[in-house]
Amino acid sequence: MGSISGKYCIVGMGETAVGKRPDATTNSLHLEAIKACLDDAGIKNTQVDGLLTNQPLNDSHRSYAVKLAHMAGIDPLYATDLALGGATPIAMVEHAVMAIDAGLATTVVCVHARKRSTVDPTPGHPIRRGDEHWEEPWGHFAAAGGHAFAASRHMHEFGTKSEDLAEIAISTRKHASLNRNATMRKPITLEDHQNSRMIVAPLRLLDCSLESDGGGAVLVTSAERARDFQKKPVAILGMGQHHPHFSLLDAPTLVTLGGKKSSETAYRMAGLRPKDMNFAQLYDCFTITSMITLEDYGFCKKGEGKDFVKNGRISIGGELPLNTHGGLLSQAHLEGQLHITEAVKQLRGNEVEPERQVANAKVGIVSGHGGSLAMHATLILGAL
Amino acid sequence: MSKDERGRATRRGQPYLEEPEAKPFWAACREHKLTAQRCSSCKKIFGFPPQALCPHCLASEYEWIELSGKGTVYSQIAYHRSWHPAYQDKIPYNVSLVDLAEGGRLVTNVVDCAPEDVKIGMPVEVVFEDFPEYTLPKFRPVK
Repeated sequence: MGSISGKYCIVGMGETAVGKRPDATTNSLHLEAIKACLDDAGIKNTQVDGLLTNQPLNDSHRSYAVKLAHMAGIDPLYATDLALGGATPIAMVEHAVMAIDAGLATTVVCVHARKRSTVDPTPGHPIRRGDEHWEEPWGHFAAAGGHAFAASRHMHEFGTKSEDLAEIAISTRKHASLNRNATMRKPITLEDHQNSRMIVAPLRLLDCSLESDGGGAVLVTSAERARDFQKKPVAILGMGQHHPHFSLLDAPTLVTLGGKKSSETAYRMAGLRPKDMNFAQLYDCFTITSMITLEDYGFCKKGEGKDFVKNGRISIGGELPLNTHGGLLSQAHLEGQLHITEAVKQLRGNEVEPERQVANAKVGIVSGHGGSLAMHATLILGAL
Repeated sequence: MSKDERGRATRRGQPYLEEPEAKPFWAACREHKLTAQRCSSCKKIFGFPPQALCPHCLASEYEWIELSGKGTVYSQIAYHRSWHPAYQDKIPYNVSLVDLAEGGRLVTNVVDCAPEDVKIGMPVEVVFEDFPEYTLPKFRPVK
């Protein structure tokens, strides 16, 4: 079987305004993202023949992808909802490649929007995240708790400190300050981080991501067809997934997650190594998530993330710019959808504010992470 | 259903006592016994939550056994923010992942100990806290 590395491309991407969108609904944000994506690609809705989306958090009805396709005037030959939490946006791109490669469709839109900052007036039923009924009776309610368990264990095993996690929050905020479509743009200091209130010890407020309204989408097609689109195509070079546990109760470890095997698959497919990456857009629901992913992706050894993130290495202009858009921590939390659109923009060049463009960006890696630190997906993207 | 400030449903915060696979576990807790499923085929402990087939070998025969109640703290955190009305006056409080001596892990609380004194690797033993409708296993440091 021949490698599919480089045979499929992202040829369109769209982002909505993010932050507080009180007048928007989950449905309207998805449609807005699709429209922005198709306008960017320069094609009509009737030319799209596949749609993938994330199961909406606040509405558990089935087959949202099919509903959304028909709301958007798309007659899909392929459509489904994926449900891998924050690993879903990347998994959607992977499934789009697989569907096109299998001949089910030619042009697939992958869309995700969230309505989490302001109340969604649409009635619906919340979806269960995991084994809540084996966690909540003991007062464990929040994603912050699950990630605090990982941070606590990382600190115990490797001597990582809260001040080390702060490096990620500070650098990410600096990048958000350069992004006009970011929610939190005021730069922060180590003191700000250390003085921010404790949420679930050892994680402080500035270790935590935002709750946001907004959406994003990308359009996937074959490399041959990609030449007919108006924007410079971005090639999908490597893909991977790994889901090593489901809940905290069956996690073999909380300091190495799915990113290790997921990235190994993606590097192998792409024929590339960590040192080939010009930037990384790594899922950052909490600072600890990005630190563990930096280690799992081989940018440094396990336990050395605390040293790797220092001295400007992860800032624009550094060795490995991390989350150049401001991430979930400071731009907006759309479960990583905007990590993908940002990677596309960086690789096209001339699409972001000049001061946050990574110089000579040719190859970048993107991660998604979901559930109780359970699900993971990786994309390696390259400029053509 | 009550809602939080962003319009999301308030968490339930209680166990599902009638869940078929877990019913014997909650009944034993009521008698202050910590139990787990042990596979009749491979003899391994299932872990939690309880389930119908062995997660190791997929055998369908198992027995409920009483555990020693001894365990070790794998990781520990302290909630400084409440996500549920019942915890408003309890913060900061500890939540721990306790690995049980025979196998299996619980999300639980280490009690009889200030949150800042709970340490990873600490040996703990089970204690039971009775509520009107159910009983929860919690853990305390081994003296």
